[in-house]
Amino acid sequence: MIGIEHYIVVSTVLFVLGVLGIFLNRKNIIIILMAIELILLAVNINMVAFSAFLGDLVGQVFAMFILTVAAAEAAIGLAILMIYFRGRGTIAVDDANQMKG
Amino acid sequence: MIQTFVFYLFAVLMIASAVMVITARNPVHSVLWLILAFFNAAGLMVLVGAEFIAMLLVIVYVGAVAVLFLFVVMMLDIDVAAMRAGFMKNFPLGIAIALILLAELVLGIGAYRVGAIELGTPMASEAPAMVESNTAAIGAMLYSKYVFLFEIAGIILLVAMIGAIVLTHRPSKSKRGQQDIGKQVRRNPDEATQMKQPEVGKGVEL
Repeated sequence: MIGIEHYIVVSTVLFVLGVLGIFLNRKNIIIILMAIELILLAVNINMVAFSAFLGDLVGQVFAMFILTVAAAEAAIGLAILMIYFRGRGTIAVDDANQMKG
Repeated sequence: MIQTFVFYLFAVLMIASAVMVITARNPVHSVLWLILAFFNAAGLMVLVGAEFIAMLLVIVYVGAVAVLFLFVVMMLDIDVAAMRAGFMKNFPLGIAIALILLAELVLGIGAYRVGAIELGTPMASEAPAMVESNTAAIGAMLYSKYVFLFEIAGIILLVAMIGAIVLTHRPSKSKRGQQDIGKQVRRNPDEATQMKQPEVGKGVEL
Protein backbone atom coordinates (compact mmCIF):
# COMPACT_ATOMS: atom_id res chain seq x y z
CA MET A 1 0.00 0.00 0.00
CA ILE A 2 1.26 3.42 -0.90
CA GLY A 3 1.69 5.65 2.13
CA ILE A 4 2.59 9.28 2.51
CA GLU A 5 6.29 8.39 2.88
CA HIS A 6 6.41 7.27 -0.74
CA TYR A 7 5.11 10.61 -1.89
CA ILE A 8 7.52 12.51 0.34
CA VAL A 9 10.46 10.51 -1.02
CA VAL A 10 9.44 11.14 -4.62
CA SER A 11 8.98 14.86 -4.07
CA THR A 12 12.28 15.02 -2.18
CA VAL A 13 14.13 13.44 -5.07
CA LEU A 14 12.42 15.79 -7.50
CA PHE A 15 13.33 18.81 -5.37
CA VAL A 16 16.98 17.76 -5.18
CA LEU A 17 17.04 17.23 -8.94
CA GLY A 18 15.74 20.75 -9.41
CA VAL A 19 18.46 22.20 -7.19
CA LEU A 20 21.07 20.11 -9.00
CA GLY A 21 19.78 21.41 -12.32
CA ILE A 22 20.40 25.00 -11.22
CA PHE A 23 23.99 24.12 -10.35
CA LEU A 24 24.73 22.09 -13.46
CA ASN A 25 23.39 24.58 -15.99
CA ARG A 26 24.85 27.78 -14.59
CA LYS A 27 25.08 29.35 -18.04
CA ASN A 28 21.74 28.42 -19.51
CA ILE A 29 19.01 30.47 -17.87
CA ILE A 30 16.25 28.61 -19.71
CA ILE A 31 17.23 25.35 -18.01
CA ILE A 32 17.50 27.24 -14.71
CA LEU A 33 13.91 28.41 -15.10
CA MET A 34 12.84 24.84 -15.89
CA ALA A 35 14.67 23.61 -12.79
CA ILE A 36 12.72 26.16 -10.73
CA GLU A 37 9.54 24.76 -12.24
CA LEU A 38 10.65 21.27 -11.16
CA ILE A 39 11.22 22.53 -7.60
CA LEU A 40 7.76 24.10 -7.49
CA LEU A 41 6.30 20.86 -8.87
CA ALA A 42 7.95 18.93 -6.03
CA VAL A 43 6.43 21.33 -3.51
CA ASN A 44 3.05 20.91 -5.16
CA ILE A 45 3.25 17.12 -4.97
CA ASN A 46 4.08 17.41 -1.28
CA MET A 47 1.14 19.74 -0.68
CA VAL A 48 -1.32 17.51 -2.51
CA ALA A 49 -0.03 14.33 -0.88
CA PHE A 50 -0.35 15.75 2.63
CA SER A 51 -3.74 17.19 1.78
CA ALA A 52 -4.98 13.82 0.57
CA PHE A 53 -3.54 11.72 3.37
CA LEU A 54 -4.66 14.09 6.13
CA GLY A 55 -8.09 14.57 4.58
CA ASP A 56 -7.81 18.35 4.64
CA LEU A 57 -8.48 20.18 1.39
CA VAL A 58 -6.57 23.36 2.33
CA GLY A 59 -3.40 21.82 0.93
CA GLN A 60 -4.97 21.51 -2.50
CA VAL A 61 -6.24 25.09 -2.39
CA PHE A 62 -2.74 26.30 -1.62
CA ALA A 63 -1.29 24.03 -4.30
CA MET A 64 -3.44 26.01 -6.70
CA PHE A 65 -1.95 29.28 -5.45
CA ILE A 66 1.55 27.84 -5.88
CA LEU A 67 0.57 26.97 -9.44
CA THR A 68 -0.59 30.55 -10.03
CA VAL A 69 2.62 32.06 -8.71
CA ALA A 70 4.69 29.58 -10.73
CA ALA A 71 2.90 30.57 -13.92
CA ALA A 72 3.41 34.27 -13.21
CA GLU A 73 7.06 33.67 -12.39
CA ALA A 74 7.63 31.78 -15.63
CA ALA A 75 6.01 34.56 -17.67
CA ILE A 76 8.07 37.32 -16.05
CA GLY A 77 11.26 35.25 -16.13
CA LEU A 78 10.91 34.54 -19.83
CA ALA A 79 10.13 38.22 -20.53
CA ILE A 80 13.32 39.25 -18.72
CA LEU A 81 15.17 36.56 -20.68
CA MET A 82 13.86 38.00 -23.95
CA ILE A 83 15.05 41.54 -23.21
CA TYR A 84 18.38 40.18 -21.95
CA PHE A 85 18.85 38.26 -25.20
CA ARG A 86 17.79 41.30 -27.24
CA GLY A 87 20.35 43.50 -25.56
CA ARG A 88 23.32 41.13 -25.52
CA GLY A 89 22.67 38.52 -28.19
CA THR A 90 23.32 35.65 -25.78
CA ILE A 91 21.64 34.10 -22.79
CA ALA A 92 24.81 33.19 -20.90
CA VAL A 93 24.03 34.57 -17.48
CA ASP A 94 27.25 33.66 -15.70
CA ASP A 95 28.84 36.86 -16.98
CA ALA A 96 25.92 39.13 -16.26
CA ASN A 97 27.86 41.89 -14.57
CA GLN A 98 26.61 45.02 -16.28
CA MET A 99 25.47 46.53 -13.01
CA LYS A 100 28.78 45.69 -11.31
CA GLY A 101 26.91 44.12 -8.45
CA MET B 1 -1.71 -3.84 -5.92
CA ILE B 2 -2.48 -2.06 -9.15
CA GLN B 3 -2.23 1.22 -7.23
CA THR B 4 1.30 0.38 -6.08
CA PHE B 5 2.34 -0.56 -9.59
CA VAL B 6 0.92 2.63 -11.10
CA PHE B 7 2.52 4.74 -8.38
CA TYR B 8 5.97 3.31 -9.10
CA LEU B 9 5.43 3.69 -12.84
CA PHE B 10 4.55 7.38 -12.53
CA ALA B 11 7.24 8.08 -9.94
CA VAL B 12 10.06 6.42 -11.88
CA LEU B 13 9.00 8.03 -15.15
CA MET B 14 8.74 11.44 -13.51
CA ILE B 15 12.16 11.26 -11.89
CA ALA B 16 13.76 9.91 -15.06
CA SER B 17 12.31 12.75 -17.11
CA ALA B 18 13.41 15.26 -14.47
CA VAL B 19 16.96 13.91 -14.85
CA MET B 20 16.65 14.33 -18.60
CA VAL B 21 15.39 17.92 -18.17
CA ILE B 22 18.56 18.99 -16.41
CA THR B 23 20.98 16.97 -18.55
CA ALA B 24 19.58 17.19 -22.07
CA ARG B 25 21.87 18.87 -24.60
CA ASN B 26 19.16 20.62 -26.53
CA PRO B 27 16.85 23.02 -24.62
CA VAL B 28 13.94 21.97 -26.84
CA HIS B 29 14.38 18.37 -25.65
CA SER B 30 14.52 19.70 -22.09
CA VAL B 31 11.11 21.33 -22.50
CA LEU B 32 9.65 18.14 -23.94
CA TRP B 33 10.99 16.10 -21.01
CA LEU B 34 9.55 18.74 -18.66
CA ILE B 35 6.13 18.16 -20.24
CA LEU B 36 6.48 14.42 -19.62
CA ALA B 37 7.41 15.11 -15.99
CA PHE B 38 4.31 17.27 -15.57
CA PHE B 39 2.08 14.57 -17.03
CA ASN B 40 3.48 11.98 -14.64
CA ALA B 41 3.08 14.35 -11.69
CA ALA B 42 -0.55 14.81 -12.70
CA GLY B 43 -0.88 11.02 -12.71
CA LEU B 44 0.54 10.87 -9.18
CA MET B 45 -1.97 13.46 -8.05
CA VAL B 46 -4.87 11.59 -9.61
CA LEU B 47 -3.71 8.55 -7.66
CA VAL B 48 -4.39 10.24 -4.32
CA GLY B 49 -7.72 11.61 -5.46
CA ALA B 50 -6.73 15.21 -6.21
CA GLU B 51 -8.09 15.22 -9.73
CA PHE B 52 -8.78 18.97 -9.89
CA ILE B 53 -5.17 19.93 -9.17
CA ALA B 54 -4.01 17.21 -11.56
CA MET B 55 -6.11 18.57 -14.42
CA LEU B 56 -5.00 22.10 -13.53
CA LEU B 57 -1.42 20.93 -13.73
CA VAL B 58 -1.97 19.54 -17.22
CA ILE B 59 -3.86 22.63 -18.42
CA VAL B 60 -1.71 25.34 -16.85
CA TYR B 61 1.74 23.78 -16.95
CA VAL B 62 1.60 21.75 -20.13
CA GLY B 63 -0.86 23.96 -21.95
CA ALA B 64 0.52 27.36 -21.02
CA VAL B 65 3.88 27.37 -19.29
CA ALA B 66 5.58 24.63 -21.31
CA VAL B 67 4.31 26.10 -24.57
CA LEU B 68 5.63 29.51 -23.44
CA PHE B 69 9.00 27.86 -22.81
CA LEU B 70 8.92 26.24 -26.23
CA PHE B 71 8.14 29.56 -27.90
CA VAL B 72 11.02 31.30 -26.17
CA VAL B 73 13.48 28.47 -26.80
CA MET B 74 12.64 28.44 -30.47
CA MET B 75 12.71 32.24 -30.80
CA LEU B 76 16.18 32.57 -29.31
CA ASP B 77 19.18 31.49 -31.28
CA ILE B 78 21.10 29.50 -28.69
CA ASP B 79 24.61 28.23 -29.10
CA VAL B 80 24.13 24.81 -27.54
CA ALA B 81 27.81 23.92 -27.35
CA ALA B 82 28.76 27.13 -25.52
CA MET B 83 25.91 26.60 -23.10
CA ARG B 84 27.31 23.22 -22.12
CA ALA B 85 30.81 24.53 -21.44
CA GLY B 86 30.49 24.85 -17.67
CA PHE B 87 28.58 21.61 -17.19
CA MET B 88 31.46 19.41 -16.10
CA LYS B 89 33.14 22.22 -14.16
CA ASN B 90 30.08 22.72 -11.98
CA PHE B 91 29.35 19.02 -11.64
CA PRO B 92 31.26 18.23 -8.38
CA LEU B 93 29.91 21.24 -6.50
CA GLY B 94 26.38 20.58 -7.74
CA ILE B 95 26.50 16.92 -6.78
CA ALA B 96 27.96 17.76 -3.37
CA ILE B 97 25.23 20.28 -2.57
CA ALA B 98 22.51 17.99 -3.93
CA LEU B 99 23.79 15.10 -1.78
CA ILE B 100 23.89 17.30 1.33
CA LEU B 101 20.35 18.45 0.67
CA LEU B 102 19.19 14.91 0.00
CA ALA B 103 20.84 13.67 3.21
CA GLU B 104 19.09 16.37 5.22
CA LEU B 105 15.71 15.62 3.72
CA VAL B 106 16.17 11.85 4.16
CA LEU B 107 17.14 12.53 7.77
CA GLY B 108 13.86 14.35 8.22
CA ILE B 109 11.87 11.50 6.72
CA GLY B 110 13.81 9.02 8.87
CA ALA B 111 12.97 11.04 11.97
CA TYR B 112 9.33 10.83 11.00
CA ARG B 113 9.56 7.09 10.45
CA VAL B 114 10.94 6.43 13.94
CA GLY B 115 8.22 8.62 15.41
CA ALA B 116 10.11 11.75 16.37
CA ILE B 117 7.85 13.97 14.27
CA GLU B 118 4.13 14.08 14.67
CA LEU B 119 2.15 14.68 11.52
CA GLY B 120 -0.73 17.06 11.85
CA THR B 121 -4.07 15.49 12.58
CA PRO B 122 -6.95 16.03 10.21
CA MET B 123 -9.40 18.66 11.32
CA ALA B 124 -12.44 16.43 11.21
CA SER B 125 -14.92 19.15 12.02
CA GLU B 126 -13.68 21.60 9.43
CA ALA B 127 -12.78 19.24 6.62
CA PRO B 128 -15.58 19.06 4.10
CA ALA B 129 -17.16 15.69 3.65
CA MET B 130 -15.63 13.72 0.81
CA VAL B 131 -19.04 12.70 -0.50
CA GLU B 132 -19.03 15.49 -3.05
CA SER B 133 -16.49 15.53 -5.82
CA ASN B 134 -13.00 16.89 -5.30
CA THR B 135 -13.66 19.81 -7.63
CA ALA B 136 -16.89 20.78 -5.90
CA ALA B 137 -15.24 20.66 -2.49
CA ILE B 138 -12.32 22.82 -3.62
CA GLY B 139 -14.68 25.26 -5.26
CA ALA B 140 -16.81 25.55 -2.14
CA MET B 141 -13.70 26.33 -0.12
CA LEU B 142 -12.08 28.65 -2.65
CA TYR B 143 -15.09 30.89 -3.11
CA SER B 144 -15.98 31.15 0.57
CA LYS B 145 -13.13 31.02 3.03
CA TYR B 146 -10.26 31.77 0.66
CA VAL B 147 -11.98 34.23 -1.64
CA PHE B 148 -9.58 37.08 -0.86
CA LEU B 149 -6.56 34.88 -1.52
CA PHE B 150 -8.20 33.87 -4.77
CA GLU B 151 -8.60 37.53 -5.76
CA ILE B 152 -4.97 38.21 -4.88
CA ALA B 153 -3.95 35.28 -7.09
CA GLY B 154 -5.86 36.92 -9.91
CA ILE B 155 -4.10 40.23 -9.28
CA ILE B 156 -0.73 38.44 -9.34
CA LEU B 157 -1.57 37.03 -12.75
CA LEU B 158 -2.69 40.46 -13.99
CA VAL B 159 0.53 42.08 -12.78
CA ALA B 160 2.56 39.32 -14.43
CA MET B 161 0.70 39.78 -17.69
CA ILE B 162 1.13 43.57 -17.76
CA GLY B 163 4.73 43.24 -16.64
CA ALA B 164 5.58 40.78 -19.39
CA ILE B 165 3.97 43.03 -22.01
CA VAL B 166 5.72 46.17 -20.74
CA LEU B 167 9.09 44.41 -20.58
CA THR B 168 9.03 42.97 -24.07
CA HIS B 169 7.09 45.65 -25.95
CA ARG B 170 9.03 47.71 -28.47
CA PRO B 171 7.42 50.78 -30.01
CA SER B 172 7.30 50.31 -33.76
CA LYS B 173 9.81 52.36 -35.72
CA SER B 174 8.25 53.38 -39.01
CA LYS B 175 10.15 55.49 -41.49
CA ARG B 176 7.51 58.15 -41.78
CA GLY B 177 7.62 59.04 -38.11
CA GLN B 178 4.75 58.88 -35.71
CA GLN B 179 1.47 60.62 -36.30
CA ASP B 180 0.39 62.60 -33.24
CA ILE B 181 -3.33 63.14 -33.56
CA GLY B 182 -3.54 65.41 -30.54
CA LYS B 183 -0.87 67.69 -31.93
CA GLN B 184 -2.67 67.90 -35.24
CA VAL B 185 -5.96 68.80 -33.62
CA ARG B 186 -4.39 71.42 -31.31
CA ARG B 187 -2.78 73.29 -34.20
CA ASN B 188 -4.64 76.46 -35.20
CA PRO B 189 -3.95 78.97 -37.97
CA ASP B 190 -3.05 81.85 -35.65
CA GLU B 191 -0.02 80.08 -34.21
CA ALA B 192 1.03 78.34 -37.38
CA THR B 193 1.06 81.26 -39.79
CA GLN B 194 2.02 84.93 -39.71
CA MET B 195 1.06 87.75 -41.97
CA LYS B 196 3.88 89.84 -43.49
CA GLN B 197 3.71 92.83 -45.75
CA PRO B 198 7.11 93.23 -47.36
CA GLU B 199 8.07 96.51 -48.96
CA VAL B 200 8.44 96.52 -52.68
CA GLY B 201 11.81 95.14 -53.78
CA LYS B 202 12.74 93.64 -50.41
CA GLY B 203 12.37 90.10 -49.26
CA VAL B 204 10.92 88.80 -46.08
CA GLU B 205 13.16 88.08 -43.15
CA LEU B 206 12.10 84.86 -41.59
